Amino acid sequence: MLKSRLSGFIFQLIAFFLALGFVSLILVAVGASPFDAFKNMLNGSIGSMRKFAEVLVSFVPLLLVTAGLLITFSAGLWNIGVEGQIVLGAIGTTWVLRLFVDSSVHPAIVIILSIFGGMAAGALWAAFAGALKTFGGVNEIFGGLGLNFVSTALTLYLIFGPWKREGVASMSGTEPFPDVFALPQVPDLRISLWSLAIAGVAILIVYFILQGTYFGLKIKAVGKNIRAAYLLGIPTWQYSLYSFLICGALAGAAGALQVTAVYHRLIPAISSGYGYLGLMVAMLVNYQAIWAIPVALFFAALNIGSIQLPILMHLDSSLSGVLQGVLVLFVLLTEGVRQKFVKKV
Amino acid sequence: MRTFFARLAVMAMVLAFVLSACGAQAPATEEVTAPDTAPDTAAEPFVFGMLLVGPYNDNGWSQAHYEAGKYVEEKLGATMLYLDKVNPADRPGTTPDQLGEELVAQGAKLIIFNSDDMKDAATTFAKAHPDIYVIMASGDQVWADGMAYEAMPNMVNIMGRMEYGKMMAGCAAALTTETGKIGYLGPLINDETRRLASSAYLGAKYCYEMAGNDPASLEFKVTWIGFWFNIPGVTLDPVQVSNDFYTTDYDVVISGIDNPVNLGEAAKLKAEGKNVAGVAYDYVAACEAAPDVCIGVPYFNWGPDYVRTIKSAQDGSWKSEFIWASPDWADINNPDTSAVGFVKGPALADDAAAKLDDFISELAGGLNLWSGPMNLQDGTAYLADGEAATDQQIWYLPQLLEGMEGLSASE
Repeated sequence: MLKSRLSGFIFQLIAFFLALGFVSLILVAVGASPFDAFKNMLNGSIGSMRKFAEVLVSFVPLLLVTAGLLITFSAGLWNIGVEGQIVLGAIGTTWVLRLFVDSSVHPAIVIILSIFGGMAAGALWAAFAGALKTFGGVNEIFGGLGLNFVSTALTLYLIFGPWKREGVASMSGTEPFPDVFALPQVPDLRISLWSLAIAGVAILIVYFILQGTYFGLKIKAVGKNIRAAYLLGIPTWQYSLYSFLICGALAGAAGALQVTAVYHRLIPAISSGYGYLGLMVAMLVNYQAIWAIPVALFFAALNIGSIQLPILMHLDSSLSGVLQGVLVLFVLLTEGVRQKFVKKV
Repeated sequence: MRTFFARLAVMAMVLAFVLSACGAQAPATEEVTAPDTAPDTAAEPFVFGMLLVGPYNDNGWSQAHYEAGKYVEEKLGATMLYLDKVNPADRPGTTPDQLGEELVAQGAKLIIFNSDDMKDAATTFAKAHPDIYVIMASGDQVWADGMAYEAMPNMVNIMGRMEYGKMMAGCAAALTTETGKIGYLGPLINDETRRLASSAYLGAKYCYEMAGNDPASLEFKVTWIGFWFNIPGVTLDPVQVSNDFYTTDYDVVISGIDNPVNLGEAAKLKAEGKNVAGVAYDYVAACEAAPDVCIGVPYFNWGPDYVRTIKSAQDGSWKSEFIWASPDWADINNPDTSAVGFVKGPALADDAAAKLDDFISELAGGLNLWSGPMNLQDGTAYLADGEAATDQQIWYLPQLLEGMEGLSASE
């Protein structure tokens, strides 16, 4: 066991350096110094308190989404629809905020209600994907992808239609909400400790569900072998749906925080790609909830650090996306190699 | 399997070697990437930052700003930092005020927000950083007589009076169209885009009549794509919109978006034997993308006003103001004095070019097309007979004008 842990770690380290090497080759090919690029990205993510706060802003939704995906992964489900579930979370939150924006209800209560509204909307959207799979026989990957497109269309409809700014038709987004409806932030920094706490609690809950509860065990059983689970008396489709609901609620929370803590309005790109990024993080950590924290933090740091590339080196910042993607590929690849290698030995 | 592992290890070592080799080279590269310091200024160069909504080389709106930044560097010995593609689709998870702070962290003392899309963020930024100068291009936040006024001592708004440029664009289109149908490729709908599309219509109607046609028979249709440029899956595809225009007898299409994609579509159709043309927008050299079909480009020349404003930040004479700069009527294409210009394209016929010159002279002589009688699209009277529109009436035009086809607001 220990040996397999150790070899797993070594192989992941190899994968990490392979990914770095691959990106370095790309950089060399375009005539840039990889050393400078990595240095600038490092500086750009942890070079100052302000920058690290930006990393945390990106980390919060990523961790929430990853937490949710760990549940669906454990249940053997590829919840690609998580992107749309974030969007619906944002829509739900915006809807609740709009209901109360002119009311006399205390803003703190409105914010709390709106976050729950977002979680409910995200869960509902996930339930659609789950229902399509359970009752319609539609693979959750295709159902989820379809629902992602629908969620984008719905956002655009709302922004250009019922929720448009007065006299304006632009995908720039809805009218920003008054400052009182924003989650309180640390002075001079953009991060809200509330959203950080929500994400932290979420990953802990997911950790305990998966490690320490009978419920989590059943979800894992469904994921490992759905037939066996069924024969053992686990109501399998219900547990699939439960995992969808939990994931949707957490993705919805991510969307809710994008509205209440980051953008303060609804914009078309409100999900910011955190759903797809979360899928990568969840794949990397391989069902181990605790590892989601450092890996999500690392991915968030790459997101924020890479902004330095166009500013300082006139390189495209999508390089961070390449690094993230390549990293996942190499980890999966070396994991495959390791399993063969370990078996042989 | 051992050999496979060994091979992997060798590969890793080779890559590590490549990495370290690159690391060793780093100092040489660093010299190249370090900001140029102007040799003729003794003091440290003034650093300003620019956030561009589109790519810096978009052949349109953002490129015009980028070139103006280069102009400032040259004239003032200042140094520009810039970040392009500042929009939520290209830089997910970021906000313009956050990206502005990234430029400040690199030493910028003044930040230019170049798009209407960054208006709210520019306000947030200006309030959060009273010690940093802010230029918000195309905005009206610090227009004391405007409808969105907020006192922000560190902000200046700059916009060119593109209404004139658009009138010239409309005029060139009207003098070129054979079908009497002009298409306008609109971005999103707001005050700015309504008044600019309407200005193009006013110029078109005027010149259509000047050429001996019945202005009432001129068809002028606006189709809005939803943003300043194409975002796949989010906006309408401007190439498709252009194609729809050209294939339904709108033989001239005026671009109102951040880049002249209509020209590319026109060039394609022209190669197939269709007699079509287009007007570009924003950037002085935009016609070069497709000279055979380009009949002209109204463009912004941000340089002179950026130089003036950034200089005022340098020498301490800065004051918050709203600048709505006119063309220099002595020479609208003077790069050092005119905020708005118009370059005739190679596809503009000679007689049309001559008539357009006449029109420009009339504008220079005081011709005001923004005068009554003028009705809004739904027929309500906007200006009485002989009444000239105020700046506010032009800037905050609530609808398109009577006679124009297309949406005045979102449905």
